[in-house]
Amino acid sequence: MATPKTQITDSPAEYSDTKRAPLGRVRSTGTPFTRTIGIATIVSMATLAVFGLVLSPADVRQGDSVRILYIHVGTVWIAYVAFTVTAVSSAAYLWKRTRSLTWDRFAGASAEIGVLFMALTLFAGSLWGRLSWGKFWVWDARVTSTAFMFITYIGYLAVRGLGGSHQQRAKRSAVVALLAVLQIPLVHFSVKLWRGLHQDSSVADRTHVTLQGLMLFSLFVSLIAFSLLYLWLLIHRQRVLAMQDALDDKGLDYALQQRRDEGDL
Amino acid sequence: MLRVARLLAAKDLRIEARSRIVTNQVLPFAAIVMVMFAFALNSDAVVSRVAPGLVWLATLFSLLVLVQRAFAIESADGATDALRAAGVDPAGIFLGKAMALAVQLAVLEIVLLLSAVVLYRAQLRLSGVVLLVTTLVAATCGLALVGTLYGGLAAGVRGRETLLPLLLLPVVAPVLIGATRATEAALGTGGAAVADGWPWVGLLAVFVALFGVGGTLAFGPLIEE
Repeated sequence: MATPKTQITDSPAEYSDTKRAPLGRVRSTGTPFTRTIGIATIVSMATLAVFGLVLSPADVRQGDSVRILYIHVGTVWIAYVAFTVTAVSSAAYLWKRTRSLTWDRFAGASAEIGVLFMALTLFAGSLWGRLSWGKFWVWDARVTSTAFMFITYIGYLAVRGLGGSHQQRAKRSAVVALLAVLQIPLVHFSVKLWRGLHQDSSVADRTHVTLQGLMLFSLFVSLIAFSLLYLWLLIHRQRVLAMQDALDDKGLDYALQQRRDEGDL
Repeated sequence: MLRVARLLAAKDLRIEARSRIVTNQVLPFAAIVMVMFAFALNSDAVVSRVAPGLVWLATLFSLLVLVQRAFAIESADGATDALRAAGVDPAGIFLGKAMALAVQLAVLEIVLLLSAVVLYRAQLRLSGVVLLVTTLVAATCGLALVGTLYGGLAAGVRGRETLLPLLLLPVVAPVLIGATRATEAALGTGGAAVADGWPWVGLLAVFVALFGVGGTLAFGPLIEE
């Protein structure tokens, strides 16, 4: 073969935080680092299952339903962390000196994970609520503003999907992410005020019991396990998004080049 | 900036005055929503108890329509691009559009409030007039600012009709809560005292301040494309 098959070998730092393989050869988003995190996640999740389901005692008042909290607290923690990361990454994108689409992709990846874990939080929380309070839903300020946060970030993801260039997407969604930061405390505060005047007992207060020994430890394991899971998901998702962006940018060139190469044969 | 805003607001209002879309389509829509609420709730006592909330809910639904309309007139002929090409300050565009929207909303709210008096037997009282007017002004400003902000974002993109409600409704939840409680206090619904309403006006004021500043800063980047 006279002419070697053309490959698009440039791998601009724009697309990759690992600077490894050229586009077209990347098969996996895994690296030794993420594999280590992945294994650590599996191990800690197994540990959590053992502690949460077997070793930790049932609660004196809540019984076995307290075990749901080892999931619930972990997922809500991840959701908050994820949305914080989205806000910080968005600010980093908007700040001219640190402007890079990598920040935008971290913001998007983190928001996706946050929405997923917020859904899990609401789901596990309502199951726990049914068992503990006898109802799936209470109009508590924290519960209600959590639901609002969930919807807000679904909106954020919709804004990300609007199309246009990557830069348009990045700027638009970064602004929306920062507006969400403005909005969420306001919603929380107003719902709190709303409940306050209705003089309903705040169910949130009842969860402020002191945790001891194995229960506290299980909760701690839960936070570690879910944090590792978040980190693993975030890095992989960010890389997949980078590949998608690269595909959008270079995909057509690549396909054209391949057709041309066929013609040369 | 303020001169730009005034000119833009005047332009928008002139378009509305000539096209009569607001009076001929949005107001009847809001009125039918009020009637439908009565159908759904099916009780004079319940309807008169929740009248303030229904007024504000109908306002929010109409806000969605008004915002779509306010940006449809811009994006249809690429007017926003022309404005930007003319070097008009985005903050001026933002405030101008918000001012025009606020005027339309205020008209709508007064009509809705009167329809609540007629249809739901809501009682207006003299001692609550100051509170009521303040609430109307504060809530209208808040809704107009946020509506313009997210309307500008959704303008000119595919799927804007469905995106706008998803983005806008969660944001205006504090306005719904604050304005409803303040209006209840002003009207004395459910035995509320006038003095109970002022903290809610405070909430509305905070909302207006935050989104006034935030929106002025954010609008430029949002419409720049």
